[in-house]
Amino acid sequence: MSVDIQTVKRVAHLARVRVTDDEAKSFQSEINAILGFVDQLNEVDVSGVETMTSVLPMAMRKRADAITDGAKAEAVVANAPATEDNFFLVPKVVE
Amino acid sequence: MNAPVRTANPKNFISGATGDWEVVIGMEIHAQVASESKLFSGASTAFGGEPNDHVSMVDAAMPGMLPVINEECVRQAVRTGLGLNAEIHKRSVFARKNYFYPDLPQGYQISQYDQPIVGEGIVTVEVGPDNKGQFEEISIGVERLHLEQDAGKSLHDQHPTMSYVDLNRSGVALMEIVSKPDLRSSEEARAYLTKVRTILRYLGTSDADMDKGNLRADINVSVRRPGEPLGTRCEIKNVNSIRFAGQAIEYEARRQIAVLEDGGSISQETRLFDPSRGETRSMRSKEEAHDYRYFPDPDLLPLEFDDAYVEALKADLPELPDEKRQRFQSDFGLSAYDANVLVSDREIAHFFEALARGRDGKQAANWIINDLLGALNKAGKPIEASPVSAHQLGELLDLQKEGVISGKIAKDVFEIVFTEGGSPREIVETRGLKQVTDTGAIEKVVDEIIAANPDKVEQAKSKPTMIGWFVGQVMKASGGKAAPQAVNDLLKAKLGIE
Repeated sequence: MSVDIQTVKRVAHLARVRVTDDEAKSFQSEINAILGFVDQLNEVDVSGVETMTSVLPMAMRKRADAITDGAKAEAVVANAPATEDNFFLVPKVVE
Repeated sequence: MNAPVRTANPKNFISGATGDWEVVIGMEIHAQVASESKLFSGASTAFGGEPNDHVSMVDAAMPGMLPVINEECVRQAVRTGLGLNAEIHKRSVFARKNYFYPDLPQGYQISQYDQPIVGEGIVTVEVGPDNKGQFEEISIGVERLHLEQDAGKSLHDQHPTMSYVDLNRSGVALMEIVSKPDLRSSEEARAYLTKVRTILRYLGTSDADMDKGNLRADINVSVRRPGEPLGTRCEIKNVNSIRFAGQAIEYEARRQIAVLEDGGSISQETRLFDPSRGETRSMRSKEEAHDYRYFPDPDLLPLEFDDAYVEALKADLPELPDEKRQRFQSDFGLSAYDANVLVSDREIAHFFEALARGRDGKQAANWIINDLLGALNKAGKPIEASPVSAHQLGELLDLQKEGVISGKIAKDVFEIVFTEGGSPREIVETRGLKQVTDTGAIEKVVDEIIAANPDKVEQAKSKPTMIGWFVGQVMKASGGKAAPQAVNDLLKAKLGIE
């Protein structure tokens, strides 16, 4: 599997990462090298092997349904570039 | 568990300029899970609140914060799956759905993708009633139900160049219930949405309050010539009332038909319904956002439980509307129509059961449907806030059954109790509304009326239906309190009518 330059630019755009044409070219070869490495895994026959989604042989811990957090709006917005009345302010986004 | 494929019914066709069209509808219903705290954090899910007050650092996506799942949300999702007659997946996986929007601080929504917690199910929907009072029963397939996080809320009207973001909703648990494309008219779609809402409320897994945004639907609409393959669909986002759902589908189906009949083609897109204009419009900015690049969330292990867990939840389910409806029909002899109305709301069903206990079910149903619901509707009150309790209405029914008051007086006493409150028995007693069954007293009134109207007496000899006029006069003179049967009998005897 390999990617073309358009795919590199599209992925960068979806991730909101700005890349120049030159950077896109170098990313393309880097990504293709990685994909080539990953492709080697296809040589292994994994039929009948269950997908591993975690390396931990344990069950997911669950919380009881109780309110244990919140009521700290000032701390939540403390690092925001712009706030008012504990709202985050962002450049206008409207449909 | 596949739902039967719907056969095309010409009743549902929309006629265009060039022939008939069939509309095909599928729905994604987002229901807020009834829980105290959020899906992956301990912040409150309460509606409203000061800006960003119900927000933990997890919900604000601060670096290093890790999600921990709320077991109640899992329980509610499984119970909902059981209520939708659906397959429960004992192992499911959370995935990241990636997109950028200011009210989604993580940059992804934790959702479920190819391994949801609930699989295929079936919802039985009663469509109608038609003008004959009949309901049509249809089976709508459920594709899946999965758990996911809600996003925050943006306010766009507070500032000329900035949007305000409040994350109080961010991270609240939602159940997304995805139907198969089995719906064939706006009426069916409304009935399906109503039925799912009723099931959620019976289960108590969501308050399903559309006014608060706790139940909303994304509606997929396409049109085709009957018998042909599916057309290209458009998705109408975030419809927040059942009425709007109907309007949006009607508009969108006709829009698509107009485009196709003009020789155009439908492009798959996301649209918004504008209730003030009654039309849908394109949300162009979202078009490219459809590549969500899902992948399993590395912060969360697979969600697993065993059969015993599911069985215990199943054993604990309340009686659901379909079972209740059948029981009302078989135990109380109610018509399908009456039973449908009564089970449409869990509180109405409770009221009915309290009222019908030890009484005539049919009569109880009539009083609730014809009198109580009408009066509540006029007063703009839900049944939970009914000024007349089941106990009070029961006393009224008993008075009527005991022959203490006539049916006519019963309606009057109902009005009094509805507006003023009080015990029907005491009201009847203190206001002297008891039915007069003393034949002597009634006879006196009957004699007076006959004596005062010799001309009518003469007419009645050739026209027996005149008795109705006499009954009316006697009832009026007695203030509605004369026992109707006794009045009838006496008049017949005295007027010589058989």
